[in-house]
Amino acid sequence: MYSVLLFIIAGIISGYFFRKRKVRFINALILTLIWVLLFLLGLEVGMNDNVVRKFASLGLEAAVIAVAATLGSVIGAKLLWGSLKNNKQ
Amino acid sequence: MKGSLIILSFFATGLLLGVFRCVPLSWASTDVSFFVLCGLMFFVGFSIGHQPDTVKQFRRIHSRVLFLPLTTIIGTYAGVLAVSFLFKHSVSDLLAVGSGLGYYSLSSILITQYKGIELGTIALLSNIMREIITLLLAPWMLKYFGKLSPIAAGGATTMDTTFPIIVRTSGKEFSIVSIYHGFIMDFTVPFLVTLFCSF
Repeated sequence: MYSVLLFIIAGIISGYFFRKRKVRFINALILTLIWVLLFLLGLEVGMNDNVVRKFASLGLEAAVIAVAATLGSVIGAKLLWGSLKNNKQ
Repeated sequence: MKGSLIILSFFATGLLLGVFRCVPLSWASTDVSFFVLCGLMFFVGFSIGHQPDTVKQFRRIHSRVLFLPLTTIIGTYAGVLAVSFLFKHSVSDLLAVGSGLGYYSLSSILITQYKGIELGTIALLSNIMREIITLLLAPWMLKYFGKLSPIAAGGATTMDTTFPIIVRTSGKEFSIVSIYHGFIMDFTVPFLVTLFCSF
């Protein structure tokens, strides 16, 4: 996974190198690649027979855990963000 | 919201094509996803490097932001504990699922290894959902929970798959926080999952 970082770094260096030129297509390109990745993620799930078969029974439990975990972490982030803002004032 | 629905429709299309085997199995190989991800990262990096003020902007943010990975992990466990009474699985099993922090590939493999396919499947679904929740609701989180919340929600994915959405939502000045957060999470997920599976 850490090799992904090398691509970010290579991108940052390239971007810095071309910083004086306007590159308009970059945001559209990023969005398109997100679409491709999400499509591939869907394929991966859909082609996994085990996941598909158990989707209904296990999906609900997974969803509740996901929502609770995400909500807990964003509340943590809100508290940290609040403490940062108070500190600045 | 329109953008999020488009993203979701791409996932749904992939899911249906996968279920009905409309495309060759090789399309879903992790290698393809990985190469697309690398391409994505390059261009995301490019858009950061294109604006050199980004890093300077981040320096103005309070150093307490370094604690964000910690609040994310504590918040995640607090959330999982709050709903643990609803399920037949043990608290440690549920905390192991939460320990995936969105890193569904690694956490589901590890949990399947330690605890069997059922909990492994829950880990896969739950952590994919966490990623999807982040991708879809990042703007909503920003509104009610502040600019750090999409990063906290993204968990271990803030260095890769949810990174572009976070940068688009919270702003480019949060890209370094996002990378920092994802980096720490990627390190800790295998250890946390293993820890809670050992109980």
